[in-house]
Amino acid sequence: MTSTAAASVVGQPVSRVDGPLKVAGGATYAAEFDPGPGLCHGAIVTSTVASGRIASIDTAAAEAAPGVVAVLTHRNAPVLPYHEHKGLTDPPEGERIHLLQDDRVRHQGQPVALAVAETLEEAVYAASLVRVSYRPESAVTAFSDAVAHAVPPGPRYRDRGLEGDGGRGDADAALGAAPVRIEAEYVMPRLNHNPIEPHGTVARWSEGELTLWDKTQWVDNVRAEMAAVFGLPPDRVRVVSPFVGGAFGSGLRPWANVTLAAMASRHVDRPVKVVLTRRQMFGITGYRPRSTHRVALGADRDGQLLAIRHEGVSETSTYETYAEEQLGSSEYLYACRDVATRYRVAPRNVQTPNDMRGPGKVTGVHALECAMDELAAALDMDPVELRLRNDTIVDQSTGVPFSSRSLRECYQAAGERFGWSRRNPRPGAMRDERGRLVGYGCASATWPAMRQAAEARARLLPDGSAVVSSSSSDMGPGTYTSMTQVAAETLGLPLERVRFELGDTRMPTAPVHGGSWTMASLGSAVQAACAEARRRALAEIGRADADLAAVLRQIGEPVEATVRTEPGDELRRYSAHSFGAVFAEVAVDPDLCTVRVPRLVGAYGVGRVVNPKTARSQITGGMVMGMGMALTERTEVDPRDARPVNSSLADYLVPVNADVGELDAVFVDEEDPHVNPLGVKGLGEIGTVGVAAAICNAVYHATGRRVRELPVTVERVLGAAVR
Amino acid sequence: MRPFTLERPHDIATAVAFGAADDDQTDYIAGGTDMMQLLTDDIRRPGRLVSLGDGVLDDRIEAAPDGALRLGAAARMSDVADHPAVREGFPLIAEALLSSASAQVRNMATVGGNLLQRTRCAYFRDPGVHGCNKRAPGTGCAARDGVNRMLAVLGGSEHCIATHASDFAVPLVALDAVVRLSGPGGERTIPVEELHRLPGDSPHVETVLVPGELITAIEVPASRAARTSHYLKVRDRESFEFALVSAAVALDTDGGRIREARVAMGGVGPKPWRMRGVERALAGAACDPAVLRAAAARAADGTAPRPGNAFKPELMRRTVLRALRVVGGQP
Ligand SMILES: Cc1cc2nc3c(=O)[nH]c(=O)nc-3n(C[C@H](O)[C@H](O)[C@H](O)COP(=O)(O)OP(=O)(O)OC[C@H]3O[C@@H](n4cnc5c(N)ncnc54)[C@H](O)[C@@H]3O)c2cc1C
Ligand code: SF4
Repeated sequence: MTSTAAASVVGQPVSRVDGPLKVAGGATYAAEFDPGPGLCHGAIVTSTVASGRIASIDTAAAEAAPGVVAVLTHRNAPVLPYHEHKGLTDPPEGERIHLLQDDRVRHQGQPVALAVAETLEEAVYAASLVRVSYRPESAVTAFSDAVAHAVPPGPRYRDRGLEGDGGRGDADAALGAAPVRIEAEYVMPRLNHNPIEPHGTVARWSEGELTLWDKTQWVDNVRAEMAAVFGLPPDRVRVVSPFVGGAFGSGLRPWANVTLAAMASRHVDRPVKVVLTRRQMFGITGYRPRSTHRVALGADRDGQLLAIRHEGVSETSTYETYAEEQLGSSEYLYACRDVATRYRVAPRNVQTPNDMRGPGKVTGVHALECAMDELAAALDMDPVELRLRNDTIVDQSTGVPFSSRSLRECYQAAGERFGWSRRNPRPGAMRDERGRLVGYGCASATWPAMRQAAEARARLLPDGSAVVSSSSSDMGPGTYTSMTQVAAETLGLPLERVRFELGDTRMPTAPVHGGSWTMASLGSAVQAACAEARRRALAEIGRADADLAAVLRQIGEPVEATVRTEPGDELRRYSAHSFGAVFAEVAVDPDLCTVRVPRLVGAYGVGRVVNPKTARSQITGGMVMGMGMALTERTEVDPRDARPVNSSLADYLVPVNADVGELDAVFVDEEDPHVNPLGVKGLGEIGTVGVAAAICNAVYHATGRRVRELPVTVERVLGAAVR
Repeated sequence: MRPFTLERPHDIATAVAFGAADDDQTDYIAGGTDMMQLLTDDIRRPGRLVSLGDGVLDDRIEAAPDGALRLGAAARMSDVADHPAVREGFPLIAEALLSSASAQVRNMATVGGNLLQRTRCAYFRDPGVHGCNKRAPGTGCAARDGVNRMLAVLGGSEHCIATHASDFAVPLVALDAVVRLSGPGGERTIPVEELHRLPGDSPHVETVLVPGELITAIEVPASRAARTSHYLKVRDRESFEFALVSAAVALDTDGGRIREARVAMGGVGPKPWRMRGVERALAGAACDPAVLRAAAARAADGTAPRPGNAFKPELMRRTVLRALRVVGGQP
């Protein structure tokens, strides 16, 4: 760090720099932008069959309704080029739906028409008047039917390293020979991201240029996709997205609202706004796919793992293959000579899933960590002890050492804070003052530390302030704040004199805000750009040690540097992952079988922590999401017609405040000299990983019953009790 | 939402006249917490919406000297739950209200509207679903062989197994409360237990109200049992969620003997379900664990669950037992 002035701000619990704006209503979200005169509103009509053709579509009544400007269907919508485009967050296999380009229906909730009117109310009314009839075609609607025809992810996933089959040694033989074995199946339902802000877009064309105000985690990909869809050079498309009201991955791909707003805007030659309804959020955006996992573990009597066999299958659509890395953690989390993994995808007539916070790991680690608890029980061994006995400093899936790994320290730190030593190992032996059964459970958490190329610009102004920018996003983690900290520290300017800007394709190119890699990737670029700008400024007056603000005043005009940084080969020489340990306490009503979670305690080794305050809230937010996964959340898909049944926030239950007890998250001291210049490993997603397993394991400890299908509802605990 | 005319009458007669004029065109709106959803989800499509908000209905909460309650239909759920006469004389009513919805909803919602809220059956509330006899008569019932975990195990028919989702109505039925009605034919009073109809082959007709008929007040008779009472709601989250099953229990005991027992359940039928078998097993018996257990065992008599809610009968017995133990001081 080139910091000279004030004390270090990296590592300080700085409050969100955008907080006051958000609290006071001054932050402008996508659907709130004013594109100028003539704005009209689009309301989407969606399909009510899972597969088939549109037999007829009657728009006469809608067109005659008050205020209607246009009704677009596949019959009159502009024919769009829809050039091939696959960003990093688009499935490499298959092809996206070409909206309103033909009569094909591939899933429930697919847009089949758009009513455009002067007001939102008029648009919604007109949409309700569109009459659509379908010629249904045979469809795979039930997950169980899809599983029967599951396939490997495919060649393009193989090119990305997601093979389908993996492992080392001979797991079957090792399992057969293992003195202690367990095998179990775990079922995880579909989950929807359900950010509070629905996806929405305002589109405006002027002189052949398209401007989009959109809710997204990746403005550059929205630009690339719209350029491809409309056959435009990318520099004729601008995407703006300064604030995002939560996303959890739902903002990784542009959804139908973007294309439809742009299409309609060009068609009616006015700005158009399209916002998804909550119900449409269940039918148009992606989701964490439903999955079934089977895990077999073998160990010697001392708890040394001898074999891991882990098989998983998850749903995808029929037109694209969405596959995620669900089983990788079973290959590297613990030391084990013989490992076999087998992952398949099951296509059915639904829309394509997409990444949701902790994609793949949340699913795979849940199964593995529940199985580890079953193994600990079979061994009559403390579950923490079992994990520590299989700790390793080498990633056995690649044979290279971990760049840093503090799993043991995490178990120690979290276990102590939690009071694990008070646990009576016998299931059903602990009660609280209200007579409820108390259970303690634990699980490991892991998330890969990745890094992408990133570009940032630092512009130093004569008044001694700086504006640093990159096209990134901040859907809640605190990117505005942490980047401001890195910039201020690197420049040696006070925090208040530095402004960080993001969310505009006119800015230097940031990688997609996902994968927990923004701090590693963009933080490195911000650091480099600020260092370079500072160097240039000081060079101009030929003094390396001067006060930057004074120098800038002396120069009298802006000094700028734009720098692009890229990862080196460090991730080939080291296996880089964040690790953590999470402990859950549950209280189970012995008669009514309701499960509550008074406490969650987690400790994480994530390298350097740039801002402990936002980092902590990132983890605790992730914990709440894990708790929802454990106890209440699921998207019920009707097996008869593949329609999501509970597509509202009254029926899809995210935890409410009253469900959330004490949340405690700490970071163990960890220095990772290998992973990237900042030494950060990422902590955006790991907070969700392992939480559901810790809770399920605690339910077992409280009741002596295993609930292997999520969520852990009353009837599942009750069923296990009655059986 | 479809265009409609909003009428804002100032007296009951005018409000009634709107509804009596035609039967399918008029809907009433009180606090609007349910009606607004029904309108925006395109489930209700009235041509005329008549507001009951401008002094049409009173919102008084009154306790008679003997303890009987009278609640104006426009009284807010939050105000009723907070009223000392309710809190002290009818804990089960206060608890039922406080376990309903959220503070924000309770501040808006009226007790009259609460009794007439529509079912939460997810197929009913999604206009993209074709088969719902309640929403579109004759189209079938998607829930019967679909996702029906929350739905009825008592009183359903092959045409509909929707539950009535009100918590507040459950203690009312237990306590023999009545509703005062004002309609085109004048005024009448009926027990809350008779307000809702079973679905039979016409699930779209949910109540015995005639077009234009309004609830003007709810009256709860004085009750000794209600003083020692409890409303127990079992649900998936700690707050802001409807009941999987719930039980309203009131016991009047005298020297260890149960003089009178009042038991009703929610979340189990198309209307709050009075548990007369349980009450009979308790009346006159000693308030001891064996009696409570034997009585609770009858809570699921006559249930006809579907695969998705097969757990409810067992949960009903357990819920009633727990509520009886709490009230009977036999934890
Ligand atoms: C998110 C959410 C969660 C909820 N959770 C619960 C819960 O846990 N438990 C629970 O019991 N309830 C719950 N509710 C339902 C809530 O209690 C009802 O929506 C509310 O009580 C309805 O009262 P209102 O005055 O707003 O009625 P409105 O929405 O105005 O009207 C409801 C219905 O009653 C009719 N109506 C209203 N007043 C009269 C009258 N005096 N005479 C004749 N007809 C009338 C209307 O025409 C309409 O059909 C929940 C609601 C929401 C939105
Ligand atoms: S249970 Fe009743 S409300 Fe639900 S789908 Fe069937 S008919 Fe409709």
